[in-house]
Amino acid sequence: MSLLEIRNLHVSVDGHEILKGINLAVNAGEVHSIMGPNGSGKSTLAQVLSRRDMYRVTSGEIRFNGKDLLAMKPEEAAAEGVFMAFQYPVEIPGISNTYFLRSALNAIRKYRGEEEIDAMDFLPVFREKLKLLEMDERLMNRSVNEGFSGGEKKRNEILQMAILDPKLAILDETDSGLDIDALRIVAQGVNAMRSPDRAMLVVTHYQRLLNYIVPDFVHVLVDGRIMRSGGPQLALELEAKGYASMEAEARQTVPASA
Amino acid sequence: MSTNVDTIRNLAEREYKWGFVTEVEDDRVPKGLNEEIIRTISAKKEEPQFMLEWRLKAYRHWASLEKSEAEPKWANIKYGPIDYQGIVYYSAPKKKAGLQSLDEVDPEILRTYEKLGIPLAEQKMLAGVAVDAVFDSVSVATTFKAKLAELGVIFCSFSEAVQQHPELVQKYLGSVVPYTDNFFAALNAAVFTDGSFVYVPKGVRCPMELSTYFRINAAETGQFERTLIVADEGAYVSYLEGCTAPIRDENQLHAAVVELVAFDNAQIKYSTVQNWYPGDKQGRGGIYNFVTKRGKCAGMNSKISWTQVETGSAITWKYPSCILQGDNAVGEFYSVALTNNYQQADTGTKMIHLGKNTTSTIVSKGISAGHGQNTYRGMVKIMKGASHARNYTQCDSLLIGDQCGAHTFPYIEVKNSSSRMEHEASTSKIGEDQLFYLQQRGLKTEDAVSMIVNGFCKQVFRELPMEFAVEAQKLLSVSLEGSVG
Ligand SMILES: Nc1ncnc2c1ncn2[C@@H]1O[C@H](COP(=O)(O)OP(=O)(O)OP(=O)(O)O)[C@@H](O)[C@H]1O
Ligand SMILES: [Mg+2]
Repeated sequence: MSLLEIRNLHVSVDGHEILKGINLAVNAGEVHSIMGPNGSGKSTLAQVLSRRDMYRVTSGEIRFNGKDLLAMKPEEAAAEGVFMAFQYPVEIPGISNTYFLRSALNAIRKYRGEEEIDAMDFLPVFREKLKLLEMDERLMNRSVNEGFSGGEKKRNEILQMAILDPKLAILDETDSGLDIDALRIVAQGVNAMRSPDRAMLVVTHYQRLLNYIVPDFVHVLVDGRIMRSGGPQLALELEAKGYASMEAEARQTVPASA
Repeated sequence: MSTNVDTIRNLAEREYKWGFVTEVEDDRVPKGLNEEIIRTISAKKEEPQFMLEWRLKAYRHWASLEKSEAEPKWANIKYGPIDYQGIVYYSAPKKKAGLQSLDEVDPEILRTYEKLGIPLAEQKMLAGVAVDAVFDSVSVATTFKAKLAELGVIFCSFSEAVQQHPELVQKYLGSVVPYTDNFFAALNAAVFTDGSFVYVPKGVRCPMELSTYFRINAAETGQFERTLIVADEGAYVSYLEGCTAPIRDENQLHAAVVELVAFDNAQIKYSTVQNWYPGDKQGRGGIYNFVTKRGKCAGMNSKISWTQVETGSAITWKYPSCILQGDNAVGEFYSVALTNNYQQADTGTKMIHLGKNTTSTIVSKGISAGHGQNTYRGMVKIMKGASHARNYTQCDSLLIGDQCGAHTFPYIEVKNSSSRMEHEASTSKIGEDQLFYLQQRGLKTEDAVSMIVNGFCKQVFRELPMEFAVEAQKLLSVSLEGSVG
């Protein structure tokens, strides 16, 4: 059984159907990339997987690690091992990054029946991950994402992921807003986290990121449906041809009821 | 340090000292307010003549206000008429309704005690259930008393001060908040039964935070409490008032007065955590808290800071203020006011700049949840002589849900062209995106809300003494329970 199994997922927001029957299986150890034009539903999929409640699942099923993911609250999904790096990270004024991270880690540990970790024991783990992402410790005494540059925010997401150690990591356009060096560093951080126990869903618009984080599978999402799936070469093909031709192709080959 | 322990200690000590237990039955005056009652109160307290006269003048002033229906109505709060003749103005010690066991206490309050981690014996004490335990704290208190006495610091109940230091009381009583100040201040002056008195002599830095913890026989000061703190030249004192556990109280009306006086180079830091009974979820019951707090920076380079965390009471009407008289004087007001369910708060400050180069800082954080209504009302007045005066005001409101309200009324009066004013204000809602972000990282809704709220209040919390800040944070979380989701 796969770590993540999505079957015939239909999702609406405000009465508009956005996801129109997604089927996807992701095994532990695999990296899947999701590509697709603006507005095709990539973030929607990511948010449904992390259980944001403004999205209404009208039909379909998601199993995560054998459990019914759709029955979980966001914090339960998080504690079960779902992590999403946000496309637009949020600011929390007045709460330091360090405090926030430790609170999050402890909330998850508590859910799992593990002992909470105190500030002393947390520090070495924290420093090691900071180093991995080449982040300045001083940034961590500032409020969560407040006044962070776009790139710093994205890097901060990956830092959180490294500390929370999820089973499924969903990266929603983590590459956008990163300069070339930051992109390399973030990719290194992500690659360091690849492991046989962990799966990753990498949402991106650009082949560039996939040069660093080489996926096992690439899926192309168009208008709420997965139009094509393939290996890493599919991303290259997309880069060359663009979505338009693929959409046209899809219209010819995929029956409307798919 | 636990302020709850203090309350118990003080009660225990008070009974010990004054042997109230045997006196309870008959030490009460009849309901209502008239000159006879005032005379009786003063006589029972064996007060000197000047006190009686002052009380009588206050009473007459209050009576004239009452007659002309001058109870203030300008605040943004709604409440039914208060029956001033239906109140018992003296009853010592205020023997609570005499509950026999915790079973008779509102289970909501008990749940809160548990969340705050208050031991059983203390829970009983706070809830007004008879406690039979003996608290051996006299020695602790006397140690502190001895240390303070060595430095010449006077810290005692107001009643004791009237007996032991009448000259100081006569000199400063009403010097900052005269009985003519307002309706509730007049009422308090007429009938107040007790409170705290602090005098810190020249050049003395009070070595410990003063709170009821160190004070013998001063808890249970009742609904008309009066506090007077004087810091002589170069003195420093930090005073803590309050309790983080909700106190069940039979009295609906509370009208306290606090006066602070700081001379040259003196500094007074006054911190409050107020968590009186807020009423139930439907808005029934709860304390009406009408408080007049004012400090006078009488001397050069003097400084007075008010820090308050107001989470209790059905109605809060409170404007801790500073009169910046001495040149270079500094006034500060840091406030968190939370209203949940049907609570109403109209709170803020007044900064009156008289001296040159005086500066004031106002940071107000209002949090509204449920049907709560939260109003910031502030006045900054810069008088002609206050050249180069400066004020910074920051006034932020946070809304949780869409049935609550936040309102701000900043009044500014500037009569000096060399002064500088800065004003910032914001209103925000706890965003679904913020909540989701924290939940996605594993935090439960309640913890996510309290994290956002605590972050919002950070500027104020960091002004509180450490232990107080920790308790205040816990308190906010408990007070907000069930406000989201
Ligand atoms: N909360 C919402 N309310 C209304 N419409 C929404 C909401 N969330 C998403 N949508 C709509 O759903 C569609 C898919 O949005 P989504 O954010 O999933 O796209 P995306 O593939 O991530 O696009 P991008 O590449 O631009 O990030 C869009 O048309 C968007 O406007
Ligand atoms: Mg998107």
